[in-house]
Amino acid sequence: MSRIHVTTTINGEETDFLCEPQQTLLDVLRDDLDMTGSKEGCGSGDCGACSVILDGRLVCSCLVLAPEAEGRSVETIEGMAEGDKLHPLQQKFLEMAALQCGVCTPGILVAAKNLLERNPDPTEEEVRYWLAGNLCRCTGYDKIIRAVMETAADLRGAA
Amino acid sequence: MPKDEYQSRAFNIVGTRPIRPDGIDKVTGKARYGADMTAPGMLWGAILRSPHAHARIKSIDTSEAEAMKGVKAVITRADFPKLDLDPGMADILDNSMAGEKALYDGHAVAAVAASSKSLAYAALDAIKVEYEVLPHVVDVDLAMKPDAPVIHAARQDETVPEGLSENVTSRSQYGHGDPEEGFKKADLVIERHFTTAATHQGYIEPNACLAQMGADGQGDLFVCTQGHYMVRDTCAEILGLEAGKLRVTASEIGGGFGGKTHIWMEPVALMLSMKSGKPVKLVLTRDEVFRATGPTSSSSTDIKIGMTKDGKITAATGTFRLQSGAYPGATAFLSAMCGFAPYDLEHVRTEGLEVMTNRPKAAAYRAPGSPMAAYAVESVIDELCQKLDLDPLETRLKNAAREGTKSAYGPTYPAIGLEATLKAAQEHPHWTAPLGENQGRGVACGFWFNFGGNTSVNLMVNPDGTVSLSEGNPDIGGSRASMSMMAAEELGIPLDQVRCVISDTGSLGLNDVTDGSRVTFAVGLATIKAARHAIEIMKTRAAMKWGIEPEAVDWVDGAAVPAGPNAGKFPPMSIKEIAAIAANTGGPIAGHCEANAEGAGVSFATHMVDTEVDPETGAVKVLRYTVFQDAGKAIHPDYVEGQFQGGAAQGIGWALNEEYIHDEDGRLLNAGFLDYRIPVASDLPMIEPVILEIPNPGHPYGVRGVGETSIVPPLAAIANSVSRGAGVRLTSLPMSPPKIRAAVKAG
Repeated sequence: MSRIHVTTTINGEETDFLCEPQQTLLDVLRDDLDMTGSKEGCGSGDCGACSVILDGRLVCSCLVLAPEAEGRSVETIEGMAEGDKLHPLQQKFLEMAALQCGVCTPGILVAAKNLLERNPDPTEEEVRYWLAGNLCRCTGYDKIIRAVMETAADLRGAA
Repeated sequence: MPKDEYQSRAFNIVGTRPIRPDGIDKVTGKARYGADMTAPGMLWGAILRSPHAHARIKSIDTSEAEAMKGVKAVITRADFPKLDLDPGMADILDNSMAGEKALYDGHAVAAVAASSKSLAYAALDAIKVEYEVLPHVVDVDLAMKPDAPVIHAARQDETVPEGLSENVTSRSQYGHGDPEEGFKKADLVIERHFTTAATHQGYIEPNACLAQMGADGQGDLFVCTQGHYMVRDTCAEILGLEAGKLRVTASEIGGGFGGKTHIWMEPVALMLSMKSGKPVKLVLTRDEVFRATGPTSSSSTDIKIGMTKDGKITAATGTFRLQSGAYPGATAFLSAMCGFAPYDLEHVRTEGLEVMTNRPKAAAYRAPGSPMAAYAVESVIDELCQKLDLDPLETRLKNAAREGTKSAYGPTYPAIGLEATLKAAQEHPHWTAPLGENQGRGVACGFWFNFGGNTSVNLMVNPDGTVSLSEGNPDIGGSRASMSMMAAEELGIPLDQVRCVISDTGSLGLNDVTDGSRVTFAVGLATIKAARHAIEIMKTRAAMKWGIEPEAVDWVDGAAVPAGPNAGKFPPMSIKEIAAIAANTGGPIAGHCEANAEGAGVSFATHMVDTEVDPETGAVKVLRYTVFQDAGKAIHPDYVEGQFQGGAAQGIGWALNEEYIHDEDGRLLNAGFLDYRIPVASDLPMIEPVILEIPNPGHPYGVRGVGETSIVPPLAAIANSVSRGAGVRLTSLPMSPPKIRAAVKAG
């Protein structure tokens, strides 16, 4: 099977890869680029564990074909911290124990970051509906919602 | 009092809320879960599964798949060694790869290993299987009838009464007194039939492993599991290997809830690796997880309870029928033990019946057997309270088990916390908050045994005085944190001086599966004992240095000190100072503990929930939820709260949405998260956790397991809330909108 050469930007760095035409962006991130922070929980866009930002838009990378990344910008969990400095959401999730097993955590952090960039002052209901596409089976969401709300408040206070 | 029993004390670290040590890896994506590992030259595995609920496998033609370029191995059951396995082990092999019959939709029949994922799936398409479709049964009540299609013949044990299908494999009975006499004393007796659907644990990480078998018979397996020792021992037995030759390493685990306490496809990955001579990665799809890894049992239950008009239960009986899927081994016996466990009953009898069906092999799901039992029992108690105009909390308090009560399943309770949870519920503002139209408030109690089990822990004092702690249970939700906290507490050193790792099977003695809410209790107990062992060694080293007897040394705040004025005058010798002289005082310092832990304290919870029913659509909105549970002692309260909240959320899903739906051919229709809908963030309110701490007499700090009890009351609490809000008693889960709407219309 002939493979397609794709040039894209991942977490600010120009990256190129060869992929099969039916491979998803998630497959390439995980299997070819060894960026395994994005998780495959369902492969059908129902769980959000593979959430990435594609040209500023929150998407399930399991529903994006890898060749579609050509010339675009992809942000993943691996790009969320700046070196050793955690993003405020990452730090707050740690402080407030907003994770148990942690497998949904990368997707939820990516989604929550995208929310706060669009809406710095979300209501609890807005946070719950924004994250409704990110399944968590461990926490009952309580501590996750609180951590996102508190981070938003901190960021507003700092701005 | 022996030192490992509970002693009241003040804590420095236990009970605080530090950041978990594995946290940064998990918020940055660095943590390696089951599917995140690779090996040089690795192949991709894939499994072909039966599309039939019950079928004889007439032939399997793998020749075309084997001839494909890049396909390195194709296996069927014929590739597995024919060993004389005991029935339970033979079932595990048969479930991993079907023998003569495919027993459920999704049963594995062949597998391939190929050089790419897409090629592996293409090779599956090239395998030709000829089936003879057989009659099937998926319903537990139908499967019990004498004329039901039989899944396996001759698996009944001697406890099963005559006249039932061979699918009924076992019957268990518990209780005491004479219920018929007791019912005569009741002012009201209610008898009801209840059903619950099969639900899946719904862990977000699909099962995955990376297997590597060498030509020398030695192998390595990296796998997401709740128990890598269990994986090692089971795979070794099935494949005819020696356990010591197979090293199993637990990956980070993306949820389990009991579903990863079993073997599903690990022997297949190992066999593919054996046959191909290459490392093989095998990752299940979500469809496979639903179709082929055990959901919990569906159930059919009869409950009869008699009560006086002032709220005293006079007698109670229950029959619990749980389907176990395609092999014997459901947990109806646990239903029969747990259902009435919260109550002090003079007359109680229960029976549990285990029933095979053409469904995936049933697996543990958080307090297996208990939630469906509590659902039925607590529903009848609620209806009795309604009809006798009694307060549901007061009535439960009046009948509550306490220290000295002979439990419904036999033993007499030591100190337990049920009353404390009920009283906390009475005093909480939630109990008296006003309710609106179509809203109802439900309460329910729940019980779980908790478990101890085989545990090994090593605690090494490094040359610089830092501590390396090795335990052998995967960290499923903060156990590295709680173990490090207990070690630091016991040693009297700062938390950041301890690092906890999860050892592989080659590096530490046996550890039972992470189940039975056992880890914080049993591994915590072993950690404390290992720390105490290390302290004894360190005291001996200090004594040697000081030239006094070891008995004349005490351990205070992370340092050896003379035990009293007669022991001599020496300044405290810190753990770092003792570590520095280790080489000259006898060599490396390490404490360890290997034990089969006993004394896991039972735990109880009371849940309170408000819901609102839309009478037009039958939809239910959960408005407010409060959990009251006895934790014994909360080591890291954040993660105890997390268990309470998570259990409640899973119970809400079980009560309202989740169910396995089969078509008339026995095929699963909703094998995905779109159609099998677990609660999402917008479905739920905040869930308030109230931690009660009634110390477990069998743990030095008083710890009780907390992970499972939290899923026991919610099914009943929601059902009671909805039944009160809708004005009609619901007796079948899930309470999906069509069911509620129909019940409301029927009045």
